[in-house]
Amino acid sequence: MNNSLLVVVLASGVAYGTPLLYAALGELLAERSGVLNLGVEGMMLVGAVMGFWTVQRVHASSALALIGAIAVAALAGAAMAGIHAFLVVTLRANQIVSGLALTIFAGVAGLSSYLGNDLNLAASPARHQFQEVFPKSLQDLPVIGPIVFGQSGLVYASWACVLLLALYLARTRAGLNVRAVGESPAAADAMGINVVRYRYAHTLAGGAFAGIGGATYSLSITPQWVAGLTQGAGWIAIALVIFAFWRPTLCLVGAYFFGSFTALPFALQGHGVTVAPELFQALPYAMTVVALVLVSSRAARLRFGAPAALGLPYVREEG
Amino acid sequence: MIRIERRLQQRRWLSVAVPLVSIIVAFLVATVILLATHHPPLHSFRRLVDAAFLANGALTETVVSATPLAFTGLAAAVAFRMNLFNIGGEGQLYAGAITGATVGLLLAGAPSPIAIALMMVAGAAGGAVLAAIPGILRAFLSTNEIITSLMLNYVAALVIDYLIFDSHSYLRDTKGFEAKVFPQGKNLPSEATWPNWPIHGLVLPLGFVVAVGLAVVIWGLYARTRFGFEVQVIGDSARAGRYAGMRTRRKILAVMCLSGAIAGLGGASQDGDFRHQLDPRGLTQANYGYTGIVVAALARYNPFAVVLIAFLLGGLQNAGYALQGADFPAGLVGVLQGLILFCVLGGELFVRYRIRFVRRPRKAETPAAEPAS
Repeated sequence: MNNSLLVVVLASGVAYGTPLLYAALGELLAERSGVLNLGVEGMMLVGAVMGFWTVQRVHASSALALIGAIAVAALAGAAMAGIHAFLVVTLRANQIVSGLALTIFAGVAGLSSYLGNDLNLAASPARHQFQEVFPKSLQDLPVIGPIVFGQSGLVYASWACVLLLALYLARTRAGLNVRAVGESPAAADAMGINVVRYRYAHTLAGGAFAGIGGATYSLSITPQWVAGLTQGAGWIAIALVIFAFWRPTLCLVGAYFFGSFTALPFALQGHGVTVAPELFQALPYAMTVVALVLVSSRAARLRFGAPAALGLPYVREEG
Repeated sequence: MIRIERRLQQRRWLSVAVPLVSIIVAFLVATVILLATHHPPLHSFRRLVDAAFLANGALTETVVSATPLAFTGLAAAVAFRMNLFNIGGEGQLYAGAITGATVGLLLAGAPSPIAIALMMVAGAAGGAVLAAIPGILRAFLSTNEIITSLMLNYVAALVIDYLIFDSHSYLRDTKGFEAKVFPQGKNLPSEATWPNWPIHGLVLPLGFVVAVGLAVVIWGLYARTRFGFEVQVIGDSARAGRYAGMRTRRKILAVMCLSGAIAGLGGASQDGDFRHQLDPRGLTQANYGYTGIVVAALARYNPFAVVLIAFLLGGLQNAGYALQGADFPAGLVGVLQGLILFCVLGGELFVRYRIRFVRRPRKAETPAAEPAS
């Protein structure tokens, strides 16, 4: 039963969706504060390489090394995001261009490969990696065993992140302030909210999540360092945020949906059905466009649309 | 306390000096990175410049790298000038490569000039059709064009993969021995090979000449025609344009299609000038579309500057390929490109604004960057 197509696809959909989920949660935070960061791919790769470097070099117990690696990956991602934040918040540069520049700077042909090469990380397997946390007996439960209990610790941590972020945005004062900054920075400023500080904080936090998402590849999915190992996941994460209408809980659904569509063609192949994988892989993107069109009406956009000030620099009018 | 205020007058010399200083700063930062990782900076830079511009045949290869960037850069510049953020140049280039290659294959046996001209038309049409989707959605439903055009990049990339890797399409080579081992596109007939002209060891491909011609046309269109004027007005203030009786929706759609057509032409040039087949791996890994946006931004959306910057960035990229695998630090080219972009982007502030140091009135509270939990 646990080998049935649906279970296999969902179980691997959750695994493949997890890095997307982390990166999308990060991008969601940045975008909710009005900062569009197209550098997710670069931040993920730098997180992946620095996380991997940590487990290879630190001599500690497996759990400690992995926690340290995640922390380092988060810091590395945040550092990359810091460049973007400085350029677009302080120096008021175009957010699209700066984000793309970040991807070039940090991406496959940039810093991540430079570091991977310089620190001699290629071609060796990870010394520690995230493993399934629950005992075999639970993993063998029908249906929910592989899907719910057969995952690594990063998956369960991501669920906690979704919950915390959803509560943060919807139920706390700071969350309300972020949304205000993203919708109308001038009004937020007038209310006494420090727009610059909020944008910096959430862009950096977004980078940290992207770094963790990258480390999910190098420490759990792959698990080794290969230049460009995220293979465009950062871009998918950006799509995912839109698909999820800027809501953390929908990000979770969307991430597993996107992940399952990646896994489906391979699983089908195992069952003797050959389908072009591209057809399934294109579906999420097409659906994102459709979803966007559906919420294009004014009323729907207010409820489900992008933060109104997304992509715009905030300049306080000064006398 | 630092205050940033808008300059009342734009100083001309600043718009030249600031980018130059920015590039110097970028190289200084790169020097620090190289020193920190124990690489000799001057030696590395010299090899880079050598591989990009000075070595035997380097200029020819640089033009090969620069041609697609000139197309996608122009495509981005045309749209961004109107504050229309078409970041679908990537997908539009693929679309143009698909339609261009199809027409090239269909026209085997036709006179070469006709085949080439029709390939260009097909490529431009392919890109324009793909760009029309976000264009129509933006013009009539106000759907954000950044996101829709970005999504279509993936769809186009998957279509191109599908055509070569997972189907027995017209474009795929299914006969040759190699093709059985590794799927690849059919080779274009010789009639569909675009000409090139050697000048003193530099081989100038037709695509690059077309791109330069396009730059002139675009400059004329924006600086000398009513269409261009209206586009600029709408770009500055869509509302003002509407009150003045301009047809904003049509202009949005027209500019999107024009932008897509230029990117698509770049795709056809990839088929005809360089690859001579529909090459999914090569096209999708090169990121021409995204880099083109950066080229356009560095050029401040000026078409002539786009060609120049495309040439310079193309040189860096070519050096990256040429020095790959050697004892040259991997990834340095991307780092350097990124640093130049950051510095020039950041430097732009100093052209438009000036920084004044004023004493803070009372409370000392710096809006410091602090990482959130």
